[in-house]
Amino acid sequence: MKKIRIGCGAGCSYDRLEPAIELVEKGDIDYIVFECLAERTIANNQQQKLKDPSKGYTPMLEPRIRGILRKCKEEGIKIVTNMGAANPEAAIKLILEITKEMDITDIKVAMISGDNITDDLEKYKEIVMWQSTHTLGELEAEIISANVYLGAEAIKEALDNGADIVVTGRVADVALFVGPLMHEFGWTENDLYKIGQATLLGHLLECGGQITGGYFADPGYKDVEDLHILGHPIAEIDETGDFIVTKVKGSGGEVSLRTCKEQLLYEITDPSCYITPNAIVDFTKVCFRQIDKDVVLVTGAISKGSPTTYKVNVGYCDCYIGEGEVSFGGLNSLPRAKMCADIIEKRLKIVGANIDEYRVDYVGYNSLYKTNISDSFAPKEHSEIRLRISGRTKNYDDAMLIAQELDYLYTNGPAGSSGIESGVKQVLSVGAIIIPKENINVQITYWEV
Amino acid sequence: MKLKEIAHTRTGDKGNMSNIAVIPYEERDYHILKEILTAEKVEEFFSEICFGGVKRYELDNIYAFNFVLEESLGGGVTRSLAIDKHGKSLGMALLEMEI
Repeated sequence: MKKIRIGCGAGCSYDRLEPAIELVEKGDIDYIVFECLAERTIANNQQQKLKDPSKGYTPMLEPRIRGILRKCKEEGIKIVTNMGAANPEAAIKLILEITKEMDITDIKVAMISGDNITDDLEKYKEIVMWQSTHTLGELEAEIISANVYLGAEAIKEALDNGADIVVTGRVADVALFVGPLMHEFGWTENDLYKIGQATLLGHLLECGGQITGGYFADPGYKDVEDLHILGHPIAEIDETGDFIVTKVKGSGGEVSLRTCKEQLLYEITDPSCYITPNAIVDFTKVCFRQIDKDVVLVTGAISKGSPTTYKVNVGYCDCYIGEGEVSFGGLNSLPRAKMCADIIEKRLKIVGANIDEYRVDYVGYNSLYKTNISDSFAPKEHSEIRLRISGRTKNYDDAMLIAQELDYLYTNGPAGSSGIESGVKQVLSVGAIIIPKENINVQITYWEV
Repeated sequence: MKLKEIAHTRTGDKGNMSNIAVIPYEERDYHILKEILTAEKVEEFFSEICFGGVKRYELDNIYAFNFVLEESLGGGVTRSLAIDKHGKSLGMALLEMEI
């Protein structure tokens, strides 16, 4: 029976390089996928592209391609990635340069485009934004980027046409996995079990090490070995749609029922309705079975059909955040930190800072869970506390006032004010709209060397 | 006892929503938690953090729950003033809950 093995070389833009090299050298894989775009990443990349037209792709594209290309060519391993980000053209140009430098020929590279609709937003001004009551047109901000989460069809077509490397901008994360499986097995959206399983495979693998023991260990509760050499996941799927998840033997981490269960529920809402461009999948019949050490069999994901819409992420210049931190030591550290917070608050009134939202945290006490939860299990005294002040402003200058007041504390603040850091950052936020699929034209472009 | 003695959690985010998966180590504890770890109880626990309500999804197939906390990430990962903009630490707080 035909089997295909897919490895996930990266689960975010800044992920380790060694696990990807390990996958191509020891994973016996047919495909390596790099999923590198979080919600805001493309907006940041778009800004880089505006500053320098040769940038705007995932910065780690170069070491990753250099690290795996020769082996991929030798073994016939195909590369599928969204590392094109805001500038797939520049990513392709770089890949072609690398092939030349490494003297590797007979490679076909495909670029998927059409996701970038930044210049085509006028017709969507009346659409109410996701998780909001405002329309896109009511957004009082400079829009930096708008990218459609495309589906798997174009990736499949590029592979049908012989591509060895497929580079995309924004596509649904799972599409990077579903595309190769549609190509290999001829599955369509109407093969409800197979496309459901393919989507689940993508969902489980797309975060890289998060299913092999990353973002998981808790000493004494969930012990995991050798996280410093954490292996990335491999899925082996056959034509029935059933698949196993595993990792390279000898690598760190674990693939177990508990890691699979955690990743199944990662970043989802209704488990009976996991929405992707090619399938709305029901996870409530999914079954995991440990069939060997670090080998889990996965069955039971079924598509309920595909949506008629795409999600579009819109990145916009939202505001500024002025922030700063200062540490206090000793058992009286919390009272001194509170005194300091009071000083800052009064100073910001005196200097007339216009602040839309303001937050005071005491790191070491309540910065993660606020006061009620923290008090429910925290000790009553602290050996040290780091005060953190942050404020949202419309203008850079107002944010700067917050940062400055923190800087002044060395000579004007409470006793032992120490380790002061402050700064201002411009905030790129992301919102989303939902649009009809038929509005979007997806293009595929090929290069051969 | 605390929840951490019988279950583990994983936290994810989408926009201004946080989701916390609660997974008992032993299948038998799933049925007990179904009775006592209600959406209301989780909402009350996170009352200073979650402002859009909590919904609980039950997964009888893998003996796990998915709690969805709307409006709980300070406006969303990309604009929150918090240190933990993703809310990735929230699941560990829930494990400290007395049950």
